[in-house]
Amino acid sequence: MPNPRVPRVAFGVTILSGIGLLVVYGTGGQPQLEGLLWFYALAGLGVGIIVGANNYLPNEESEEERHPLASSEEMLAAARADFHRADGGDEALDAERRSLLRLLAGAFAAIGVAVVFPIRSLGPHPSDDLRETDFAKGVRLVTVDGAPVKSGQLGVGELLTVFPEGHTRAGDSPTLLIRYDEEEFLPAGGRASWVTDGMVAYSKICTHAACAVGLYQNVTGLLLCPCHQSTFDVNNACTPTFGPATRPLPQLPIAIDSEGFVVAQSDYPEPVGPGYWDRMNNV
Amino acid sequence: MIRGIVRAFDERLGTARMTREVLNKVFPDHWSFLLGEVILYCFIILVATGVYLTLFFDASQQEVLYAGSYVPLQGVQMSRAYASALDITFSVRSGLVVRQVHHWAALLFAASMVTHLLRTFFTAAFRKPRELNWAVGVTLLMLAMVNGFTGYSLVDDQLSGTGLRIGYSIVLSIPFVGPWLSSLLLGGEFPGADIISRLFVLHVMIVPSIITLLLVVHMVILVRQKHTQFPGRGRREGNIIGLRLWPTYAMKAVGVFFLTGAVLALMGGLIQINPIWMFGPFRAADVSSASQPDWYVGWLEGALRLMPAWELRASPFEVPNPFYPSLVLAGGVFLVLYAWPWMEARLTRDHEIHHLLDRPSERPVRTPIGLAAISFFAVLFVAGGDDVIAVWLDMSVNTMVRILQLLAIVLPIVVFLVSRSAIRLRLRKQQEKAEPFCPRVGHSRWEARTLAALVLVFVWFTVTSLSSPSPHVLPETWTAKANAGMSGAQMYEAACAQCHGQNLEGVFGPAIGAGTDSEDMSDTLIQAVVFAGIGKMPPMPGVLTEIQVQEVIAFIRQLQGIG
Repeated sequence: MPNPRVPRVAFGVTILSGIGLLVVYGTGGQPQLEGLLWFYALAGLGVGIIVGANNYLPNEESEEERHPLASSEEMLAAARADFHRADGGDEALDAERRSLLRLLAGAFAAIGVAVVFPIRSLGPHPSDDLRETDFAKGVRLVTVDGAPVKSGQLGVGELLTVFPEGHTRAGDSPTLLIRYDEEEFLPAGGRASWVTDGMVAYSKICTHAACAVGLYQNVTGLLLCPCHQSTFDVNNACTPTFGPATRPLPQLPIAIDSEGFVVAQSDYPEPVGPGYWDRMNNV
Repeated sequence: MIRGIVRAFDERLGTARMTREVLNKVFPDHWSFLLGEVILYCFIILVATGVYLTLFFDASQQEVLYAGSYVPLQGVQMSRAYASALDITFSVRSGLVVRQVHHWAALLFAASMVTHLLRTFFTAAFRKPRELNWAVGVTLLMLAMVNGFTGYSLVDDQLSGTGLRIGYSIVLSIPFVGPWLSSLLLGGEFPGADIISRLFVLHVMIVPSIITLLLVVHMVILVRQKHTQFPGRGRREGNIIGLRLWPTYAMKAVGVFFLTGAVLALMGGLIQINPIWMFGPFRAADVSSASQPDWYVGWLEGALRLMPAWELRASPFEVPNPFYPSLVLAGGVFLVLYAWPWMEARLTRDHEIHHLLDRPSERPVRTPIGLAAISFFAVLFVAGGDDVIAVWLDMSVNTMVRILQLLAIVLPIVVFLVSRSAIRLRLRKQQEKAEPFCPRVGHSRWEARTLAALVLVFVWFTVTSLSSPSPHVLPETWTAKANAGMSGAQMYEAACAQCHGQNLEGVFGPAIGAGTDSEDMSDTLIQAVVFAGIGKMPPMPGVLTEIQVQEVIAFIRQLQGIG
């Protein structure tokens, strides 16, 4: 006679845990206790049922024959004949049917192509969006709280995440304003006028996969993207020095306005963020 | 009465014969056949918990000021999606547990699929006539990955936003159609106006429907073709030996379902996963470092990191870098998976029907190829967390990346060669001894050990792939009142260690140990930072009182002194 103790205890645990759950829920709930009681309740059921089945139900092996899945040749031939029931005999009629079928296929294709077009409403034409940010000539650079940045606000080696005034939530506009070390910094060819008062501005959106390039080592002048470890040299036009990124972070030309605030000279001269098929058309 | 109902059905549908067939179906008994069952049970649990979550989740990107019960984020601007996810976590009855069970079940769903796939691969259960069901299974794995990604992207916190933005960059990188496709998917440039609501429809309706349909197809084909079985006493190609479905096997299956639920309930209740309240709402200008995706996407994240800075350009067109390690790699992997049964049949010229399984330990080509593939994915998976590992090993990330790039190429080759000669040696020894064929009844110890090791490895992957180092403390303990009577060390553990590390070494937040700027900061300044917040650090006035903060600072000073 099998030992009934295990399944009995197991189902008992389930009953007690169920009552416990009722009490826990009734008194406002508590995550750890709920998880624990659900564990005991379900484990009691599982253990009780499995051990019970092993003890009280037949456990002998049975044998079942496999029958081949493939059909006999006669069956295949019969199926083929059924399918081609309408064919044969009159050749002119067959030709007529075939041409009608072709027309039917054309009709379905026409509907198929037509229903694709409403998909266009899912989103706007991409290229303008990808090229432009909200920066433009004279737009002030502001912090995340909307405060404009003044010349001289940053000490050497310090940096600030800035946005175009009025657009602090746009996905493509986060920009790094960095006070560089005058002795180390090499302005890129033709960009000597893009910096102002010892400050330079680069896009914060990684050119690899669009993460925010969030880590700055001011001793080495390196910016590091924490997602895939692309590293950019701030003192050398933000060219990538390590990791999968293939292009420098785009530079924003900046100047100081009449009230002493930092402003953009224009939008970014090239698309910010990761590459795409016809990006170079947008440069 | 029951007899009457049964008769009524039979008179109308003729159900007795069908019922007999189902009740008498024979299931070969081998523990590795359970892996497939666990997939089904996970799916049932995912649907059940998922339905509960949809009742409270608000898939909207409309910005609101959070006014819920989680104090550190009160007054912060966020999407309604994130706010409702916080409400589920902190206000809905059982919400946190159900959310965590849902997440753990998704991880186990994918893990049991992968182990089921490995079992099918190594024992060659995919051979004729089961190629079609293999293809259905591979499709299910792909759909599980897609639904996992859409699921954790819905929450709209900093971590999921970062993942979504990487996904966006990958879609954008597709040649020719990328810009259009990404605009149509998101409703514009990132972050787009409609992405959350569209992901929601995909996650709760379209993908689960296809998964349900394919699971049914998978099982119908399985019943029609019957199970495979390991060779052994009395087992031939023409028969199948095992337990009949009714009653013992069915009861055991129900038992396994409850056990799966029990394990998931325990994990959901006690082991923290994806603590969304710590990440804050998504901001394009911010990023949480040490961000890892769920484990089944980890290999793609690793491939993105290991890819050299290279891309194809033919002015004015380019195929950007992220395209290759994501879509080309994943496309190649799934193509090989789909094609494998036909490829193998062609190469080995074996077009026979097989119902008896191969033993992995006796296949000197297929098994090494499988092991090499596992080692390749393992390297990629490790690379997906290379920054975290580099911190552990106190090694530069750059060195780590170079080593892993090398390993990704070398390790699979080494694994292939070593395992091939090991299997050949074993086969030769067997031949020399001229062992008489000794039928074993399906439970070869070697196999059992290998497969058990595989299961352990995947359980380990699952557990270690928490989206963050888990403090195992749930947020209810995070209030000043609940903290009463705790020591400085305990409060540091509860409120600070998640970001600054157990030993001040820094995790999401900066290191604050000996030799850092924090050592030079005055106590008053640190206290001000704790109350006001700074950068990514949330303000914590509701979490700790002034006296408690002073105790925590005393504890930090003590650690700095030791360091």
